[in-house]
Amino acid sequence: MVLWIVEPLQYAFFVKGLLAGIITAVACGVLSGFVVWRGMAFIGDALAHSILPGVVIALVLGVNLLFGALGAAVLSVAAIGTLSRKKGFRDDTAIGVIFTGAFALGVLLMSKIGSFKDLTHVLFGNVLGVSVSDLILILIVGVLVVVLVILFYKELLVTSFDKTHAIAIGLSPELIHYLLLGMIAVTTVIASQTVGVVLVLALLVTPAASASLLVKSLKKIILLSTGLAVVSVIAGFYLSYYFDLASGALIVLVLSGFFIVAFIKNALAGRVRK
Amino acid sequence: MNKPKILCYGKDCDHPIIPDTPALEIRELSFRYPTAKEDTIDNISVDIFPGDKIALVGPNGAGKSTLMNLILGLERIQKGLIKVFGNKAAACRHRVAMVPQKAFIDWHFPVTVRDVVTMGRYVHLGWFRKPDKHDKTIVDDALKTMEIKNLADRQVSELSGGQQQRVMLARTLAHQADLLLLDEPLNHVDIATQELIFHTIEKLCSEGKSVLVSTHDLGILTVHFNRALFLDKSIIADGPVKDVLTPENIARAYGFEFHMDKEAPWYSGL
Repeated sequence: MVLWIVEPLQYAFFVKGLLAGIITAVACGVLSGFVVWRGMAFIGDALAHSILPGVVIALVLGVNLLFGALGAAVLSVAAIGTLSRKKGFRDDTAIGVIFTGAFALGVLLMSKIGSFKDLTHVLFGNVLGVSVSDLILILIVGVLVVVLVILFYKELLVTSFDKTHAIAIGLSPELIHYLLLGMIAVTTVIASQTVGVVLVLALLVTPAASASLLVKSLKKIILLSTGLAVVSVIAGFYLSYYFDLASGALIVLVLSGFFIVAFIKNALAGRVRK
Repeated sequence: MNKPKILCYGKDCDHPIIPDTPALEIRELSFRYPTAKEDTIDNISVDIFPGDKIALVGPNGAGKSTLMNLILGLERIQKGLIKVFGNKAAACRHRVAMVPQKAFIDWHFPVTVRDVVTMGRYVHLGWFRKPDKHDKTIVDDALKTMEIKNLADRQVSELSGGQQQRVMLARTLAHQADLLLLDEPLNHVDIATQELIFHTIEKLCSEGKSVLVSTHDLGILTVHFNRALFLDKSIIADGPVKDVLTPENIARAYGFEFHMDKEAPWYSGL
């Protein structure tokens, strides 16, 4: 058993990939509670997709892909914010327009400039390609997200529950909303490395969706989500190593498995209560 | 809803009371929503003093909620002036608290009763400070007053309408404000909770706090309030409840056409 766990750890690429995955899982798990309960799943997905053109441009310019992704994420958030605030569109309309447009641009650029191999890496993640500088960037983002959520926990809580009260005590819900969006954006960027842009949403939504079926208070949901996300990433990595399957897809399937277990447990508990 | 421009929240932005000023002073206040054709609030002036227990009545769309939002700074003042204890309302957030209509709150969000009541302390905490022992005592007292101590660890989504309203009032108590605005607090609330709300208002006013309660339930007014403010875009009547609740005003509140005689003696008394 121990050997089974230790064996892959002798490979540097595995260790780097695993570390990147765990840090990403922590960041996603921490944010997951807010994404689920503030109804931000769609924007999380949109952000993940709209970073594609940034990644391609970074590829062409030869800079770190994560910086390109970050630039595109920030631009998308700004564009969505402007459309929904200044022009009075509903959020989801603005998100839909920006996200599909950016993603299409990304695919076009990719087919013109990059190769299909690069495209699949971005879409489905490439944990084997994590460099030390990637790892440092991922660590910075991970620490930043956890620290910000701890520092602004009570503001995140009050703006989620009662915006009127937030404004009444002098707190701008919009400011907190953009803080959260910014955190989701940078987390999406680092998550795209491990699970790819197509599957990022799973790491942002499924942990808290499962946790909410088992525990009730937001703090517990956040802690359990983080645990579930980390365990899923580790399980996905080892399964991928031993069965030679795509790690991103495996991580998501493990998460889905947890959700099904939580769902059944919740349903059974409900029957007992009746 | 306009957001406050300044990022002023917490201890540093509580201006001291200016002596000998009303709890609330409104002068020639008018307000129009951007897309509306006419004013929702049309040139009103009111003074509210410490200990006042006021019912704000008027038909739907009379501007009751808008007025409260303006006082609280949820809408930007376009014309006129609102002062709370001599200061701008935005500089007095510690002293003004509101129980909003329940519809504006996400009751499904996973927070406990204690979490919500603790939010009443946030205005005193500001950035980066966590509630301490002192805050916890105040929250406990508020829970006790509203008789929901036993529900402290329950999720708000599991509560009945009456219990949710008690939580909102408990949060307002934890805020320790001197001017309380309650927007339709009696809607969908059981009798026991109604009684508790009135009892609490009574107690607050006897301590010198001012309470403004908007309601369209006219039956309860005479017993529980010492002053009524009849609002229909402008102020139709202001004074003791029995003077404000004239058949004419009541008819108007319930949507009948009624000719207002501005020469009437009670009108000039405003």
